[in-house]
Parts: sequence; C-alpha cells; structure tokens
Amino acid sequence: MSDIVLQTKDLGISFGGLKAVSGVNLQIEKGEIYGLIGPNGAGKTTIFNLLTGVYQPTEGTFYLNGRELRKLSQEKINHAGIARTFQNIRLFNNMTVRRNVMVGLHNNPEFKCSMFESMFRLPKHFKCEKKMKERAVEILKIFDLEDEKDSLACNLPYGKQRKLEIARALATNPKLLLLDEPAAGMNPHETEDLRRTVQALREQFDITILLIEHDLKFVSGICDRITVLNFGTVIAEGNTKDALSDPEVIKAYIGK
Amino acid sequence: MDFLITFLNGLSLGGIYAMIALGYTMVYGIAKMLNFAHGDIIMVGGYTILVFLWINPIVAIIASVIFCMLMGIVIEKVAYKPLRGASPLAVLITAIGVSYLLQSIAQMAFGSAPKFVVIADLGTLKIGEIAIGYSTIITLACSAVIMVGLNLFVKFSKTGRAMIAVSEDKGAAQLMGINVNNIIMITFAIGSALAALASLFFLLKAPTMTPTFGALPGIKAFTAAVIGGIGSIPGAMVGGLLLGVIECFAQAVPAIAPYTDAIEFSILIIILLVKPTGLLGKKRREKV
Repeated sequence: MSDIVLQTKDLGISFGGLKAVSGVNLQIEKGEIYGLIGPNGAGKTTIFNLLTGVYQPTEGTFYLNGRELRKLSQEKINHAGIARTFQNIRLFNNMTVRRNVMVGLHNNPEFKCSMFESMFRLPKHFKCEKKMKERAVEILKIFDLEDEKDSLACNLPYGKQRKLEIARALATNPKLLLLDEPAAGMNPHETEDLRRTVQALREQFDITILLIEHDLKFVSGICDRITVLNFGTVIAEGNTKDALSDPEVIKAYIGK
Repeated sequence: MDFLITFLNGLSLGGIYAMIALGYTMVYGIAKMLNFAHGDIIMVGGYTILVFLWINPIVAIIASVIFCMLMGIVIEKVAYKPLRGASPLAVLITAIGVSYLLQSIAQMAFGSAPKFVVIADLGTLKIGEIAIGYSTIITLACSAVIMVGLNLFVKFSKTGRAMIAVSEDKGAAQLMGINVNNIIMITFAIGSALAALASLFFLLKAPTMTPTFGALPGIKAFTAAVIGGIGSIPGAMVGGLLLGVIECFAQAVPAIAPYTDAIEFSILIIILLVKPTGLLGKKRREKV
C-alpha cells in the first residue's frame, strides 16, 4: 500500500442547524490526481475551505502525511503543505504576474532574508530578490506565462489568470494542491492545455492533486479516483469510471 | 524671495504631514481600519523625547522611535486585534477611545500645561537675502529620504510585497502562507515610528508639547491621506506635501491667515467633489 497524503476522518461542518458537509472520509494517495464532484451546493468548496483552515470543522478531523491539521490557522496549514486556487479567481490584480508568484514564494526557506536586511538594502537582500525573481520565472515557464511576467495580473485573459493561480499556489511548495474548478469558463482548447499542464505537474513535482470540477469529460480524462458528493454527504467513490456510472450519481446529476 | 522661502517651509511642513499621513494610509490599506489614535502617537513621541532628553538628544530620539513602535504594536494587539472581523464602526469607536485614553494618560503624567521640549537650537542658514531655518532643511531632507526609502521597501522587498498582497486580498494572501497578523503588526510599527519622527520635526519647529498636541496634526494628516487617496502610499505623500504648502502660503497672506484651517479643509471637500477617491486613489469598479 502506498503512502496516504491526505486523510479525512468524518469531516463535517454545520452552519447553525444546517449540515453543509458531514461524514466525509477521503484517503488520497501520494501522486494521485483525485476528483471531487457533485451538483451545485453539494459542499465541494466547503470541503476545500475546511482543508485550508478558512472554516473550522465542527466534526471530524483531517491529516496531511499523518499530521493533524485541524485547528491550525490558514497560513500554518499552507506552511504544512496544502495550497489552493479559488473558484472565482482571487489573484493580486494590481501586481505583476511575476510578483504574484513571488508572494507565493514568501515562506520558502531558500529565500530567507530578514526585514532589516531589506530595509537597509544589504547585499543579501539583492541576492535574495534576484533568486526569487529567477525562481518565479522558472515556475511561470511551466505554465507558458513567462512572456507575460511583467503585465498586471488583471490584464491577463481569463484562461491565463486561472493558470497563474495554479502557478502562485505551486510557488508555496505544497505537498497537496487543491484546484477549485480549474477548467471553469475555459474553451475546449484551453481545457486540453490545462489537462496536459496538470499532468505535467504531477510528473515534474512531488505533488498530489485534489480537484473540484464540473466538466465531467475533463474529470474522466485526468482523475485516477473520484468522490461524488450530494447535499454534503458522499454518495459514491472509487475509480473514476465506476463512480460516474453509479446509479446514485446519475440520479443526483440528472434526476430519475 | 519670500515666495521661495514660504514654498520651502511649506514643503518641510508637508513632509511632516506626509509622514503622519503614511501611517494612516498604510494602516487603512492593510488592516482596513481608520486608526484615529495615530495622531496621539505623535504626542507620545514628543513626551518620550522630553523624558529622555536629559541623557542626550540622539538617545531621546531613538528612544522615542522605539517606544512609539512598541506602543503601536501594543495598541494593535490589545485594542484592534480582538476586533478583527468586527464591524468597521466598532473598530472606529475603539480607535477614538484609544485616542482619548492616550491623551488622558499624558495629562495625568505630565499635566495639561505646555511643556517646553528644546531638543537643539539649530539656527538659520543665510544665503544673501534668503534666511531659512536649519530645522526646515533637515526636515525636508529627512522626509525625502524616508519617503523614497519607504517606497523602495514596499515595492521591492519580501515584506513589502506581502503588505501589498494583504492589502489586495487578505484571505488569498493568508492562504498563500502569509502571516497576516505579523504583516499588520509591522505596518503599525512602521506607522508609529514615522509618527515619532514627525513629533521630532514638529518640536524642532516649535518646542512645546501638550497632551492634545497630536489632535490637529493628526486630523490634518488624515485629510492629507484622503486628499491623496486613502490606501495609496504615493497619495499620502502628495496629499501631505500639498496640504503643507497650502498651509504655509495661506499663513503668509495676512488677510486670509486666520482662515488657514478652514481653507485646508475646504480644499479637501472640493477635491472629494471632483474626485471622490482622492488624487491618486484607485477606482473600485463593482463587477456585475
């Protein structure tokens, strides 16, 4: 049996009397591309918010490589190795593309440089900035964004903004990358391009990917296994093909 | 000649306003709150200089900067941090409360009578007909260095980048691993250090200190920050310089000198009517 990167145990959250998510048990293995699907309002993004510390779970807990992350603050969870993108893009719009990635590199120990070194512009500051810029461009190259490195993030076309979000999340050096509807709003050509990029990520980096997606063609083309949610509970899970043909899933998606 | 002297005096006063305005604008941009106690940090800085002046002026200045930074951090931790996420109105009222608290403590400790804080008599520089105080020149030079330095720091350093990221989207910055609490703390520390320096330059101009000393410069610097576009660092600089120059020219004309403050605040109103976001403020377009 291979290593389990993410494990959730009866994870759930209620808002007042409403159980938004309950009893979710995920086991994601190292190097997997894992899909989380379900109709609108099924609780997919809520699970992402639980896994990144935006919400505190009211029941259950979760572990990354065996370490319990429940109750940690958002930045600590990120330091522990979970990074994410957002369903509605949340880039730093008035920063350049490269700087967006450099914000992601903020905590990388390779670029350690104290505030006082920057304040008094000591040589280490310039060395560190230079190294960060180079690393940022290396990351942008993976996403074919290096030519746009100096344009403002808000001026990028939509598909490229989505890619930049992944690049920024990747810059935080995560073990587990959460992608929230990465293909939403993309045309078929862009989706295909994205599929190749995500697969390349898995091969080039030591990384596991959990993604939410409505485009079932994309999901079946890329995910090794999936979990299907409806009304906050798991209705099917397993390898992608079997789970998608599960009668419960078909019922949830298109009714009886 | 008079024109040039008034202009230089205006720039130097404007430099001080800009320094204070930077504290308002950075805190607003990053913590999304109006820190109305910021003006009173100037007063705290002034009294700290008074307390340590017997040792040595330089020691007093350094002590004042360090004490104000600590004060800013403590105020943020005790008064504002517990209210993070509360309604902006609650935070605003708390800030006003902190402002009165600081004034009252100062009044209890030092009395309400003005105290003279003579740091150094710097004299005046005379070149032909021009006579200009060394304090003006020092203020101008220091504020120019501070503004350029701060701009470089915010634009081209890790911490500065994190500050901009937090001001753009706190949640996203946090999920990218940035410790938002640390960044807010650093912002308060920088703002308070600038306020301490502002008190030093005020005392070089006129060496008196009262418990309510910070109130008027605080409000004027806040005006400067709004004129420039609150949240914008270059905006605070432009707004501060503009307000300082206007103030000095208004005071130089005897007929309108009594109305100096009124003129300054009217200019705020006019600018806001024409450009509601301030001179360099960014327009936020609602996405539909």
